[in-house]
Amino acid sequence: MENTIEVKNLCFTYEGYGDVPDVEALHDVSFTVEKGSFTAILGHNGSGKSTLASVLCMLSEPASGEVYINGKLMTGEDVTDEDVFDARRRVGMVFQNPDNQIVASVVEEDVAFGCENLGLPPAEIRRRVDDALECVGMRKYARHSPHKLSGGQKQRVAIAGVIAMKRDCIIFDESTAMLDPMGRREVMETIEYLNKVEGVTVILITHYMEEAARADRVIVMNGGRVLTTGTPGEVFSEPELLWDADLDVPQTTELLYRMKKAGLDVRLDIFDFEECAAEIARAVKKRQSEVK
Amino acid sequence: MKMDIAFGQYCEGNSILHRLDPRAKLIISIIYIVVLFLAKNVFTFALLTLTTMALVILSGISLRVIAGGLKPILFIALFTAIINIFFFTGDTLLVDLKIVKIYLEGLFNAGLIVLRIVLLIVSTSMFLTYTTTPLALTDGMERLLSPLAKIGVPVHDFSMMMTIALRFIPTLIEETGKIMNAQKARGADFTSGGLIKRARAIIPIIIPLFVSAFRRAGDLATAMECRCYTGGAGRTRMNVLHAKWYDFAFVLAVTALGAAVVLMNIYLPGYTVTM
Ligand SMILES: Nc1ncnc2c1ncn2[C@@H]1O[C@H](COP(=O)(O)OP(=O)(O)OP(=O)(O)O)[C@@H](O)[C@H]1O
Ligand SMILES: [Mg+2]
Repeated sequence: MENTIEVKNLCFTYEGYGDVPDVEALHDVSFTVEKGSFTAILGHNGSGKSTLASVLCMLSEPASGEVYINGKLMTGEDVTDEDVFDARRRVGMVFQNPDNQIVASVVEEDVAFGCENLGLPPAEIRRRVDDALECVGMRKYARHSPHKLSGGQKQRVAIAGVIAMKRDCIIFDESTAMLDPMGRREVMETIEYLNKVEGVTVILITHYMEEAARADRVIVMNGGRVLTTGTPGEVFSEPELLWDADLDVPQTTELLYRMKKAGLDVRLDIFDFEECAAEIARAVKKRQSEVK
Repeated sequence: MKMDIAFGQYCEGNSILHRLDPRAKLIISIIYIVVLFLAKNVFTFALLTLTTMALVILSGISLRVIAGGLKPILFIALFTAIINIFFFTGDTLLVDLKIVKIYLEGLFNAGLIVLRIVLLIVSTSMFLTYTTTPLALTDGMERLLSPLAKIGVPVHDFSMMMTIALRFIPTLIEETGKIMNAQKARGADFTSGGLIKRARAIIPIIIPLFVSAFRRAGDLATAMECRCYTGGAGRTRMNVLHAKWYDFAFVLAVTALGAAVVLMNIYLPGYTVTM
């Protein structure tokens, strides 16, 4: 399988000044992201997730380590401006605060901004902008001014702007943090649609375990290091590890874990409420038949 | 009502004036202003009043909106009128108050000058403010001035700055309100005391506003970079401006109007305005 992103021994330090000490935000981080996969990154506040994302988008340069994008080395001395531009047209990011990533004062103009920078022909831009707005359900707001939209609607406009550029990989940095449960579900559906149907590689930085559970792979960060990686099933099967890193596990996992602790023979890698209920019922029945 | 700076005083509509190319509108406005200053006698003023009224009818914008737009220039118009009435010397003395003398010509002159100011405001707002969004205007300006980019004038950068300003002014206004409320909640008082005291009360608003504006600017720069922005070079636009036949027709018509005014100045002397 081809790798969209490959990171090896990445270290990143925010330089201190005066009395402010250096902050080592990333320490010896290594992982790979397969083409077309859906990866979730978890970690508590300050664990280095945003820093990692900014390195992957070529926004900051790491102190040491290697980053490969589509197999091309993007760190070191001999990376040209064209290489950086090329990497940016492959890897995009949706930031946490939608207010500070919208450039134009009309929604569709903003969605078009990225495509305009790529130098695409006008008719092609028009088509992509309409499709992207349709995809995030904001078509009827095309001529609105963004500052009159709600936080969630702004975030969707920002997502549309990234979608329109048709990149191989999109990083969502807590892009659902400002949304209500409805808005979050809708954005998650958009993200999954992009991943499953359009084949976009997705990296989702999140604090919501339920969102992480829907990914193909989970990377858990703690204090600038990778704590553990694996499928959601593997990662959440060891709740103690996550609890030690001040993280939660999905509610279903927590429930099943407690039942297991209490002696019930259940699997831990279940994240769907219905399936979870079925698993508990199965285990309870089995137990009853054993007792009899 | 909170004014929407992004749309300025733009009135939604689909008239021919709305549909004109912003570049054409900028050129036409400049010609129209020059023509207004070329007008010298009553006949030319009458002609220009008629054409301006025709513009108003064409635009379909209500007279109330236009009258509202004239309010800010009321003072200037009045001031020029008074200066003209009191300090203009002519032949026909109307009122003699020893210190000031009012002449018929002064009244006449004042009338035409006020008319010129009114026509100036109404016609330019017909072409620019009411029928064109600031964004379209910025766009038109960028494209009109794009030849200057070849001699090193940063045309694209200025238009980008303008676009971003239009985008962020409402956000910053909103933020000012939030900061003021936050400071009020801590007991700040912006409404009482002398000028100095009130000016000092502004400081706790300005400083957080600046800090936040700089943070926003940094974030926006990062986001723009992330969206492959590298300046004007190699950039295309989604909405390409296409000049249509009526754009040329309008420019021609206004140029013809200018020629007519010049000819009328020459062949119909009399009742001329000074200034
Ligand atoms: N611009 C900066 N200058 C100095 N230190 C910084 C800067 N940005 C972040 N840091 C530090 O780097 C560490 C990692 O920050 P980062 O923003 O990557 O965390 P995060 O995992 O994204 O957190 P959150 O969940 O709150 O978004 C933190 O200790 C933070 O204090
Ligand atoms: Mg972060």
